[in-house]
Amino acid sequence: MNKILKNKYLILRRFIQFGILFLYFGANYYGWKILIGNLSFSKLFNTIPLTDPYAFLQMLFAGAVISSNLIIGLIIVLLFYGIIGGRAYCSWVCPVNLITDLAAWVRRKTHHEKDNLVSAIKIKKFRYAFLIVMLIFSAIIGAAAYEFINPIGYFTRGVAFTLGFGWVWLLVIFIFDAFVLKNGWCGHICPVGAMYSLIGSKNIIRVYHTKENCTNCGDCLSICPENQVLSPIINKKSDYIHGIECTNCGRCIEVCNDNALNFSLRNFIKGEKNEKNSSN
Amino acid sequence: MDRRTFLNNLIQLSAAATAAGAVVSGFAEENKNKPLALRPPGALPEKDFIKTCIRCGLCVEACKNRENKMIVNGKEIDTLYLAAPGDSVPIGTPFFNPRTGPCFMCDDIPCMYACPTGALTPKECENNKGEVAIDYAKMGVAVIDPSSCIAFWGLQCTACYRACPEIDKAITIEWKQNKRTGKHAYRIPVVHEDYCTGCGMCEMACVTEKPAIKIFPREVFLGKVSNRYVKGWSKQDQQRVKNASTKTTTKTPWSKENPLQNLNQGVNWNE
Repeated sequence: MNKILKNKYLILRRFIQFGILFLYFGANYYGWKILIGNLSFSKLFNTIPLTDPYAFLQMLFAGAVISSNLIIGLIIVLLFYGIIGGRAYCSWVCPVNLITDLAAWVRRKTHHEKDNLVSAIKIKKFRYAFLIVMLIFSAIIGAAAYEFINPIGYFTRGVAFTLGFGWVWLLVIFIFDAFVLKNGWCGHICPVGAMYSLIGSKNIIRVYHTKENCTNCGDCLSICPENQVLSPIINKKSDYIHGIECTNCGRCIEVCNDNALNFSLRNFIKGEKNEKNSSN
Repeated sequence: MDRRTFLNNLIQLSAAATAAGAVVSGFAEENKNKPLALRPPGALPEKDFIKTCIRCGLCVEACKNRENKMIVNGKEIDTLYLAAPGDSVPIGTPFFNPRTGPCFMCDDIPCMYACPTGALTPKECENNKGEVAIDYAKMGVAVIDPSSCIAFWGLQCTACYRACPEIDKAITIEWKQNKRTGKHAYRIPVVHEDYCTGCGMCEMACVTEKPAIKIFPREVFLGKVSNRYVKGWSKQDQQRVKNASTKTTTKTPWSKENPLQNLNQGVNWNE
């Protein structure tokens, strides 16, 4: 019971991730109308549209005529992640996170954390360049170029529709993450994650670090998939994790045994660092 | 970080991203050109369709959960699928395979109206009066291979004709004398592209091992006649040239010689 409570965010995340996939599956096979479509475009309760912002941008660059449905869906998604969620899409919604988290676990169990085939620090910003380049290429080839290889699309279509040979690509991502580069896909390459980083850069819900409680054990740094957002704060100052790449996954909070990390509301309580509105 | 390292990093990242992007886009460019993909009713022309389709699968879901389900041998027939790698269709886009799952031409066209992006639009499913109905869909056109169609051998078949939802319009049967026997008739199916929706019921019904009648995208199969040909027997076509000028201009002047002289000009005959 204690263990469940300790890992409540992880359990909740997996529940939401699998739940979304389950609803997509049911929408196609049983005709449920709760959440239909897939992660590039969905309809909630058959009315509320939800659009993947990066797919939208690629379509815009490819020169598609944009429908009002897509724009409404885009605004809803932008408002949700921009104000509340931050980059939460990556750890709470995206199914590829299941693969890469499994790969990260394999990596922790089998070999040393920093045992990378490629240098990780330099290419942390690769995804932003990749994001822009794929938009330019979308304009050149006249189609949403990244959507042809987007593993999120492969995965959700594989669950709700047909997977075909898509599993090979998902396996490649697993192997890449587990044996080539730590958090290789989500933390270095994926332009969808980069897009949500940019969208959620000014959101409210953030992890707050209390320096007084920190024992500098390093557990949070070793579990964090984007630990460059933690390193400037942990055991240095009491502050929010401001890095835009923080996915709000809450793993650092769960592994911390000293209550030094918690979800908190940013901006509302500016300047009052002692008052922590511990919110979910 | 000083300016030098910053610029260095920027250039390295851009180069790496461009290289990766070029590989991905090369694959995308290769993958998006699949001219034989059959699209749901109301699809935009392929070039625009591939831009506009967001690959959400709402059309596929609408198709799978439609009203008029057909069950053959206890198995429900699915029509639309989202392409997965290996389907020879641009990845993630909707398509159908008429041999195993033709379009059943629902009156309410659920797939077309489910599309959120306008990649499937009623505008591509209307007649010239602007009325929208599934009968005006242009998913493809049926093509007959006379060498494997048993009706061309002289056997009585008409399976495609009877399966056709636009019977006697999209497929008609023409009677011809069978000169081999001298006393039998050929009953030859003939496809009329102006009524054919490309639903593929004929392809599913075809009795041969590999179908002798197949659906091809109209863009692939249909030819195009330049506008200088005018059908003298068609009132509509005559309208097209009603106000045409009779003044003709030619770049090379008319030859005054007769054709034979003109052709033999400059030829040296030995005898």
